Amino acid sequence: MDEFILIFRHEDGMKVASPEQIQVWMKQTMDWIGGIAAQNKFSIGNGLLFDDAKVVWHNNVVTNGPFGEIKETIGGYIIVKAESVEEAVEFAKGSPVLQGDGNSVEVRKIAKRDGIH
Amino acid sequence: MQQQELIPHLFRTEFTKITAVLCKLLGIEHIELAEDIASETFLSALETWSYKGIPPSPVGWLYSVAKNKAKNHITRNNIFSEKIIPQIKLSSSAVEEIEIDLSEKNITDSQLQMLFALCHPSISAESQIGLSLRILCGFGIDEIANAFLTSKVTINKRLSRAKEKLRNEHIKIEFPAAEEINERLETVLTTLYLLFNEGYYSESDDSVLREDLCLEAMRLTYLLIENEHTNQPNVKALFSLMCFHSSRFAARKNENGEIVLYQDQDESLWNQELIANGAYFLHQASQGNNISTYHIQASIAYWHSIKEDTKEKWENILQLYNRLLQIQYSPIAALNRTYALAKANGKKEAIAEAEKLQLTNNHYYYTLLGELYIDIDNTKSKEHFQHALSLAKTQAEKNLLMKKLKL
Repeated sequence: MDEFILIFRHEDGMKVASPEQIQVWMKQTMDWIGGIAAQNKFSIGNGLLFDDAKVVWHNNVVTNGPFGEIKETIGGYIIVKAESVEEAVEFAKGSPVLQGDGNSVEVRKIAKRDGIH
Repeated sequence: MQQQELIPHLFRTEFTKITAVLCKLLGIEHIELAEDIASETFLSALETWSYKGIPPSPVGWLYSVAKNKAKNHITRNNIFSEKIIPQIKLSSSAVEEIEIDLSEKNITDSQLQMLFALCHPSISAESQIGLSLRILCGFGIDEIANAFLTSKVTINKRLSRAKEKLRNEHIKIEFPAAEEINERLETVLTTLYLLFNEGYYSESDDSVLREDLCLEAMRLTYLLIENEHTNQPNVKALFSLMCFHSSRFAARKNENGEIVLYQDQDESLWNQELIANGAYFLHQASQGNNISTYHIQASIAYWHSIKEDTKEKWENILQLYNRLLQIQYSPIAALNRTYALAKANGKKEAIAEAEKLQLTNNHYYYTLLGELYIDIDNTKSKEHFQHALSLAKTQAEKNLLMKKLKL
C-alpha cells in the first residue's frame, strides 16, 4: 500500500463564499474524508489558512500572499493510502473542491524512505 | 442464612482491597501469596461465622485476621529479611511492628498503584484484563472463564504467565512519575475500556456477571477520577461513555437474551440516572484542548440517549464518526458511520459508501446492507440478510436475522 497526497488547488482563494455555502462545503468535505477513513484509507489531512499567509521569494523577498501574482492557491491537502494511483484518483474525484470551476486536485505519490525512491 | 449472602458480597470487595494492600507491602513478586492470604482469610470467616454468627464489624474482623495471617506468613518465610527490613530500617526486628495499613486511604492508593502495575505496557492486553478481573475486581477463575467463554485451564495458564511476566520485569507497585503519568494512563484506560466492553458485548448468557463486569470497570475508572493526579479529561470522558452505555443495559436484551436493536428499544427501560451522570461527566471532560477517542465516543453515546430521530441528531452522530474514524479506524465504527450517513444524507448515498467498505468477513456488514436496501430493493435486502445469517456466530444474532427475513 502506498501513500498519496491529494493537494487541493483553488482557482481564486480570495473569492468570498456565503456563510451558508461555506457550511455546505464543510459538511461535504467532512463526509468525503469520513468516507475515506471508513475504508481505513485515510492518513492525515490539513486545511491551510489564508490568514497571515506569506510567500518568500528568491533573495528573501517576502510578500503577503499567495495572492495577486498567482491566480492559483493551495487550500489544503489530505494524505490517503491506496493500492495504486488509480485508486487515489478515485478518492480525489469525490472531493467537494472540484465543484468549483477551475479548481483541481493534484495527486502525487509520496516517496518512501526505502532507499529506492 | 444471612451470612450466605453476606460472604460472597464481602469476598469480592474485600478480597481486592486486602490483596492490593498486601501486594503493595510485599512486592509484586509475592502477588500469589497476597491472593492466598486474602483467600485464607475468607475461609476462616466461613468456618468461624458459620458457627458463631457474623461479628458486629465483619470488615474489621476480616482485616485483623488478614493482618495476623500476613504477619505469620512473613515470619515463616524469609520475606521479612529479604523484603521488609530494607524498607523499615528504623524499626527493630520485631515482626509485631510491621504496619499493615488497611486504612481507606492506603486501600485506595494501593488499588490505584496496582492498576498501574497490572496495566504495564509490557503485559499483553488480554493478560491485563484477566489480571485486573482477578486482582482488582475479585472475580473467581470460573467467572473469568465464563466471561471470556473459555476454560478455567486456559484462564489459569494465562494468569500465571502474566504473573511471571510481572515478576520477571520487576514491575513496581507505585504511581508512575509525573512526567510519564499521561502515557501510562493511556494503557490503563485502554484496559478499563476493554474490560467494560468484555462485559457489555460478552456472549456469555450470565447477565448478572456481564453487568458486574461493567460495574467493576466503572468502579476502577471512578477511582482514577477521585485521585487528583489521574482526574484527567479523558478519564472523565471514558467514565461518561460507560455511564451512557450501561444506561441501556436493561433495554438491549429481551427476556430470552436476544439483542434488541437500538431503534426497537423500550425507552422507559433506559436508566435516566446513568444518562444524567454521563452528561455530567461529558461536560466535566470538556476542559483543555485534547479530544480523545473517548470524548468522541461519549458524545456519540450522548446523542443516542435522545430517542427522537432528528436531523440534528444524526448529522452530529455522522460528523462524530467522521472524526473518530480519522483518529482511530475500526470496522464497527465504519459500519455505524454508514448507518448514520443513511439517516443524515439518505439511503442512496449510504449504499454507495457501504459498497466501498467491503468488510466481507463481517456479518454486521451484510446486516447493514440488508437494512439499507429495505424499500430500495427488497430482493437485494433479503440476499444480504441471508448472507449475514450464514456468517452469524451466536444464536441471539441468528434469531434476530431470522426475524428480519420474515418481513
